[in-house]
Amino acid sequence: MKKLLLAASAAALLAGSWLAPAQAEYLKEHRGGTIRLLARSAAGTLDPHINYTDQGWQMYQPIYDGLVAFRKAEGVDGFSIVPDLAEAMPQVSNDGKTFTFKLRKGIKFSNGQDLGVKDVVASFQRIFKVSGPTSGTFYAGIVGADKCLADAKSCTLEGGVVADEAAGTITLNLTKPDAEILYKLALPHAVILPADTPAEDMGSKPIPSTGPYMISAFDPNKGMTVSRNPNFKQWSEEAQPEGYPDVVQYDFGLSEEAAVTAIQNGEADWMFDALPSDRLGELGSKSMDQLHISPLSAWWYAPLNTRMAPFDNEKARQAVAYAVDRNTLVKLFGGKVLASPVCQVLPPDFPGHEDYCPFTKNPGAKWSAPDVDKAKQLVEESGTKGQKVTIIVEDTAISRSIGVYLQSVLTSIGYVADVKPISSNLQFTYIQNTNNKVQMSVTQWYKDYPAASDFLNILFSCASFREGSDASINISGFCDKDIDAQMQKALDLGVTDQKAADKLWAAIDKQVTDKAPAVGLFTPKRLDFVSKRVGNFKFNPQFNWIITQSWVQ
Amino acid sequence: MSSQVAAMPRKTRGPWAVAFAKLATDRAAMASLAVFLIIVLACFSAPLYAKWAGTDPFASTLDAVIQVDGADVPVMEQTTEGLGLGYTPIGPTWRLGNYFLGADSQGRDVMARLLYGGLNSLLISGAATIFTLIFGTLAGLIAGYFGGITDTVLSRLLDVLWAFPIYLLAISLSIVTIAQGIAIGPIEIQSGSLWLPIIIIGIVYIPYVARPIRGQVLALRHSEFVLAAINLGVPGRRILWRDILPNITTTLIVFVPLMMALNMLTESALSFLSIGVQPPAASWGTIIQDGQALLYTRPLVALVPGLAIAVSVMALNVFGDGLRDALDPRSKVRLGRD
Repeated sequence: MKKLLLAASAAALLAGSWLAPAQAEYLKEHRGGTIRLLARSAAGTLDPHINYTDQGWQMYQPIYDGLVAFRKAEGVDGFSIVPDLAEAMPQVSNDGKTFTFKLRKGIKFSNGQDLGVKDVVASFQRIFKVSGPTSGTFYAGIVGADKCLADAKSCTLEGGVVADEAAGTITLNLTKPDAEILYKLALPHAVILPADTPAEDMGSKPIPSTGPYMISAFDPNKGMTVSRNPNFKQWSEEAQPEGYPDVVQYDFGLSEEAAVTAIQNGEADWMFDALPSDRLGELGSKSMDQLHISPLSAWWYAPLNTRMAPFDNEKARQAVAYAVDRNTLVKLFGGKVLASPVCQVLPPDFPGHEDYCPFTKNPGAKWSAPDVDKAKQLVEESGTKGQKVTIIVEDTAISRSIGVYLQSVLTSIGYVADVKPISSNLQFTYIQNTNNKVQMSVTQWYKDYPAASDFLNILFSCASFREGSDASINISGFCDKDIDAQMQKALDLGVTDQKAADKLWAAIDKQVTDKAPAVGLFTPKRLDFVSKRVGNFKFNPQFNWIITQSWVQ
Repeated sequence: MSSQVAAMPRKTRGPWAVAFAKLATDRAAMASLAVFLIIVLACFSAPLYAKWAGTDPFASTLDAVIQVDGADVPVMEQTTEGLGLGYTPIGPTWRLGNYFLGADSQGRDVMARLLYGGLNSLLISGAATIFTLIFGTLAGLIAGYFGGITDTVLSRLLDVLWAFPIYLLAISLSIVTIAQGIAIGPIEIQSGSLWLPIIIIGIVYIPYVARPIRGQVLALRHSEFVLAAINLGVPGRRILWRDILPNITTTLIVFVPLMMALNMLTESALSFLSIGVQPPAASWGTIIQDGQALLYTRPLVALVPGLAIAVSVMALNVFGDGLRDALDPRSKVRLGRD
């Protein structure tokens, strides 16, 4: 692992030295102006240790920093980890259980305070003190995390995060090696905040930041103003480059239709929400140069409850997987340009992904066509024909469409199906809770970081299933002890040999797909519509469009 | 004076006959009734229309191809220009039985869904009206006639219901029941059942009927003929049934079209918010919701059901006004023959 980290650092230095002159030149030419963004609503709390939304995470990128960061680059490079507030990649010792970071000197928060090791310790404690949504998963492997999870208020992470004020180092001790810990440290939930930040959800109150920008105004009903951090001096172009616009003005409340019109008229520069489906044709033909299509590591899927009839029967689950016409679903999502059919869990071009599709007319690597006859036969064999199935979907146009289509499919193979749209705010937690007796649902999973475990282990491990909880992300309730053991093995293997681990993840992906605890529907793509004045559009595979690396003048 | 003299020989006509005669002369009311009846007939012919058109208004038909002017046309047309993004459902063909109003985002015949949607909207608003009238009348009769603690308890209960904004209450009840349905003892209503919106809408409007009925019953309770009946020892149940109920019948009749119009609007609103009629079933509200995503390219999908609601509600309201005028003995509407 150490070797891998050193290689990554060398590559980062090389790439950085190539980029530097170009950025300086462009900055001279394009620096300044206000970039105007639109979203139907705010992303929730401003607190980066708590906010767990794509919208929030994307906006935090030029504002907050962790010890390490995902490189602010396009393509696969964007998945690589580079040192951010740490001077260099950490020294790894104690068989991969200890990570020592040396903090950069001279960095100040936007309020003028100096960044110090005490801020790092306090920030790690705060992840637990505010009961961050991933404190019990991503960061549970830090020594002392168990005590913090049991009693958040008195969290010290004693022995887990150790600061050496004189040396300017922070040592992170884990209870066991974790191949994905650097990814987890690069997420907004592990950014470094001032030590005196209150240990509570800060809601609408901005927290001082270290990045090139800071949140200067926020009203969840109106908008957010992000302006330059007067104390920022660029320390690493690949981790935290200086941005082009002086101000990012993010307004909330406009409908998607109105947002499209505003961008067309040059009154706004970008919209967060998906483009309305009835404008796609027009925009795709008249505003091609303003559209950017980018792949996403995401999965639209239909979890089948493996603990309830009829889908406690494997054949019944496989029947649905055979019957679903992925091309139709792709059509509902906007066509082949915006989505690709899938059968398996891991998205294309993702670590551990190997093309695999057993549930198609000609089983093999790719999905070709639905096999309704086979599906009907499996329904007969399972003895579940005529049973009632309710599909719970989000109350959005696309989810409702998919739900109605799946209802048709289930009816055609012999079930009595109906579909229930539930408010988008409630649906995701509703379908997780076993008390709601959800048989089938439609949902999406977007990666937290680029690791196969973020799909397979999180969505289908026995530990991810919690009876009667709103936070039971294993929606299918799937638990296979053998597959679980293999996932643990793959996680352990990743510490020493990531390639071998990915090979094992590929095998696990196939096994989970065969058991059909969920029906893979399609992999979506991100469609960004920007105004004519936006230049230098860069799409990072981890956090999407790098907003402040685009210019507006 | 002359009209009074002329009306003398007609004294033998009953009040109902007079009312119907009055109503028959109200052109606006009769035209509204005709419009509404045409809508009802059209909606009840939905299954026949779907069969004749050979279309299933509840199944996704995204890959369907139809013939228009001898040419094969896909129901969902892919954009071919530029990046080739998105699919657009076929627009109106203006040919009955062949996607007359075009298709929705699932490739379903909008005309067939409009008729089925109307059928559900009418059934729900009609049944909810009956529900409201039965329970509202019952509550009004009991509270107004028995008075005392019965009146206090019933009136406060109605006040509680009245205190909530109608739509807020209906939405709240719908959200609570929409996922799991209702199960109270032996009564079990599935979440997709039409009975759910019927009961919810029926409940929220009970105070609107019960309160005026209670007021009328209170007045009637102290009228001479009721007091006489009480003094003669006639049982209260009989007085309510034989003496009071007939005297509030005209009010109840006037309530029917007006409540139905209100219920239709409420049902459409709930269905538009996905908490009324559940997909793939249709109501005018759900079709408007489906059409919302197509406003830019296929505005008719949302506009036509909206128009259907507007016309139906207007027809019911105008007819209700006419009915009220006809049944009101103090009405200044004159019979043409008088």
